[in-house]
Amino acid sequence: MRKAVLIALPYLWLTALFLVPFLIVLKISLSDIALARPPYMPQFDPAAGWQGFLTFLSELDFENFAFLATDDLYWKSYLSSLQIAGLSTLITLGVGYPIAYAMARADQAWRPTLLMLVILPFWTSFLIRVYSWMGILSNEGTLNTVLLWLGVIDTPLQIMNTPTAVYIGIVYTYLPFMVLPIYSALEKLDDSLLEAAEDLGCSQLSAFWLVTWPLSRSGIIAGCFLVFIPALGEFVIPSLLGGSDTLMIGKVLWEEFFNNRDWPVASAVAVILLLILIIPIVLFQRNEQKAREAEG
Amino acid sequence: MAETVFAPWADPAQKPLIEFCNVTKRFGDFTAIHDLSLKIYEKEFFALLGPSGCGKTTMMRMLGGFDSVTEGSILLGGHDISAVPPNKRPVNMMFQSYALFPHLSIWENIAFGLKREGRDKAFIDARVDEMLRLTRLERFAKRKPHQISGGQRQRVALARSLAKAPKLLLLDEPLGALDRKLREETQFELMDIQEKTGTTFVIVTHDQEEAMTVASRIAVMDEGRLVQVDTPDQIYEAPNSVYVADFIGDVNLFPGTATERPVAPPPAPAVAPEVEETAPIADAALHDSAEANTATQRRLPAPDRKGEWLYEKIFRRFMGYRETAPRRLPPPSPAEIAAARAPVAPAPAPAPVAEPIRPGGILIDWAEGQPPIIAANGDTAMAGTGVTFSIRPEKVTIDAEKPDRPNIYKGKVIDIAYLGNISTFHVELANGTMVKAQMVNARRLANRHITWNDEVWIGFTETAGVVLKG
Repeated sequence: MRKAVLIALPYLWLTALFLVPFLIVLKISLSDIALARPPYMPQFDPAAGWQGFLTFLSELDFENFAFLATDDLYWKSYLSSLQIAGLSTLITLGVGYPIAYAMARADQAWRPTLLMLVILPFWTSFLIRVYSWMGILSNEGTLNTVLLWLGVIDTPLQIMNTPTAVYIGIVYTYLPFMVLPIYSALEKLDDSLLEAAEDLGCSQLSAFWLVTWPLSRSGIIAGCFLVFIPALGEFVIPSLLGGSDTLMIGKVLWEEFFNNRDWPVASAVAVILLLILIIPIVLFQRNEQKAREAEG
Repeated sequence: MAETVFAPWADPAQKPLIEFCNVTKRFGDFTAIHDLSLKIYEKEFFALLGPSGCGKTTMMRMLGGFDSVTEGSILLGGHDISAVPPNKRPVNMMFQSYALFPHLSIWENIAFGLKREGRDKAFIDARVDEMLRLTRLERFAKRKPHQISGGQRQRVALARSLAKAPKLLLLDEPLGALDRKLREETQFELMDIQEKTGTTFVIVTHDQEEAMTVASRIAVMDEGRLVQVDTPDQIYEAPNSVYVADFIGDVNLFPGTATERPVAPPPAPAVAPEVEETAPIADAALHDSAEANTATQRRLPAPDRKGEWLYEKIFRRFMGYRETAPRRLPPPSPAEIAAARAPVAPAPAPAPVAEPIRPGGILIDWAEGQPPIIAANGDTAMAGTGVTFSIRPEKVTIDAEKPDRPNIYKGKVIDIAYLGNISTFHVELANGTMVKAQMVNARRLANRHITWNDEVWIGFTETAGVVLKG
C-alpha cells in the first residue's frame, strides 16, 4: 500500500505538470484561429453538458497540421533545426571530450576546482551570457577589435547574425552538459586498465580507442542527448545571435505565437517538435538504464 | 629431493633470465630503490616480500616497464630492456586490481593481447580455449567481469596475462582480494599453473605465508634494499638479520652480549651454576607436584567421612546395591594414577638427559639474574659483541614440571592465544621478558593442563635458535 502511494506521487506530479498541459496544447493545435480571447475556437464549456461536449469534439480537426505540411517554411525549419542541433552536438563533443579527459586526468587536488570552473557559468543568467557573446562577436566587438589590432584581418569579420554565431552560442551554452557526464565516466576509469592494455601490447593511442573510449561511451551518449535535445528547440540563441536566414523551429514557434498570434498553428508546431524529440529522449533513457545495469 | 631438482641460483653456469644491475630508482627526492642487484632465473617462482613502501612494487613496475630506471639497467635474457616500452616487452603483468576490461567478455579479455599481436583467428580461438581450460573458466567465457566472483576474476586475470605466453609473468599481490580459504586454494593453483606452463613468475606480496608457500626463492626487502635473498626454509630457519627474523613469522628476540663457550667442557660447568641458582625454584616445583598429586586424589569420586555416615544411616536402606560398587572397582593406587597422568604432562623426555649438550658456540648474557642462553650453533667470532638471539615460538617448549633441557627459564603464563590447531602461550619471565611458546593442540581444549597464571618452564635446545648480529 505504501509502495503504491510512493509510486503514485511522481506519476501524479507528471500528470499534473506534463500530461495536462500537453493535452491542452494538443487541444489548441486541433482548434481554429479566432479573433477572441483566448484566440482560438471552439472553447470547451462544461455547462453545455454531454451534447455540448460532442459538438465541441466535432469542431476539432487536423487542419493546422495539414497547413504545416503545405508551407515549406515549417519542414525547412525542422530540418535546419535538426542539422544545427546535430552539428552543434558533434562540435560540443569535440570540444568537451578533451576538456573532460584533461579534468579526469588532472591531479586529484585540482579536480574540484576544475569542476567548479565548468559549473561556474550557470551562476550567471543564461540571457546575459548570450548577450555578452553579442558584444564579443559583433562587427565592433571584442574579437574583431583584437584581430584588427593584431593585424590578422583588415576588415571586420561578419560573424554576428550568421549560423556560425548560432553554433558558437549553442556550443558555449551547452558545453557543461557535455563535459560533466563524460568527466564522471572518465573519472571512474581505473588507470590500471590502461596499463593492462599497454602491457598486453597496445600503443597509448590504441589503448585509448580500445579501453578509454568504449568505457566513456555511456557518458558520451548522455552528454550528446543532453546537448541535442534542448538545442533542437533552442529559441533564445538563434533569435539573439542568428540572422533572419537562420531557420530554427523554436524561433518559428515564437513568431507564430507572439507575432502572428496564431495559437493553434504554434501549438501544432510544438506538438510535432515534441514527437520528433520523443525518439532521442527514449534512446537517452535506454542508454541511462544500460549504464546503470552495467554498473550494478 | 626437491633441492637437487631445482636450484639454478646455486649453479654458476646458469644464465639468469632477469638481472638487475645496480638499479637505482628515485621519485623526486625520494629514493625508492638503492643500488640494487639481483638475478632471477628461468622457471623460478620468485617472491618479492616486504612491508608496504619497501620498494617491491616499484621493482615490479620497472620490470613491467611502467616505471623507468633512474640508474643502472635491467637485463632480460641478456638484453637491456630499460628503454623498451611496456607494450614491446615479453613480460606480462597480473594487476592487483585485476584490471579486467569491464566492457569485454571473459573470452575477449583473454583474447585481448593475442588480437594486438595480429594473430589469425584460429590461433586465437585455440589459445583462448586452452587458457580457459587451464584456469577452469570454460563455462564463463561469455560473461562480463562483473558477472563472476572474485576468485573467478582472479583466474581470468591470470589467464589473460598468460595468454601471450610471456617469458616472465609479474603478479602484483595477486591474492590480496581473496578470502583466506580461497587464497590458500589459489596459491596451490598458481604453483600448479606455474609448473605446467614453465613460465617464470615474479610475485609481489606483503604476506609472508603466501611467499613461503608459493616461492622457490624469496627476496626480503626493506627501504629499497634487499635484506636477504634465499629459499623459504633458509629465510625462516636461518635469517641473516634481526629484520628478516622479525618480519618472517613470529619470533622471540633476546638482545645480549656473547661470550665464547669452551669447546669441550666438562659435562657440568655450563649447567651446574644454573642448577644451583634455580634450586629453590626446583623445591617449589617439587612442592607443586606434591600438591598436584593430592589434588588428583581429591578429585577421585570417593565419599568422605560424613558421606559415609550419611550413607550408612539413611541411604543404605533403599540403595543397598551401592554398597558393592566401590568394592567391585577399587580406587586406583597413587602409582596407577601417576602412570595414568604421565602422558598428560608431556614427559620431560629422557632423551635429552642421555644426550650431552653440544659443546662450543657461545653463551649469551641477556638479562640480570637469568642464566645465559647456550647457543652451540653461535659463531664464536661474535664473542664479546652485542648479539640478538632469535628463536621461533614453535621451538620453545612449555612444561609444568621442570624439564631437562639446555636452556630453561621459569615464568608465568600471561596469555594464551588459541588458534585451533596450535596455541601460543605468552610467558612472562622473572625479569619481565615476554616469551612466546607454541604448542600443537593434539588434545581437546578441555584437557589442556596449562592455563592462565600457571607457573611454567619454558625450554629450548642449544641449537634451536639463531644468533644474529646487533
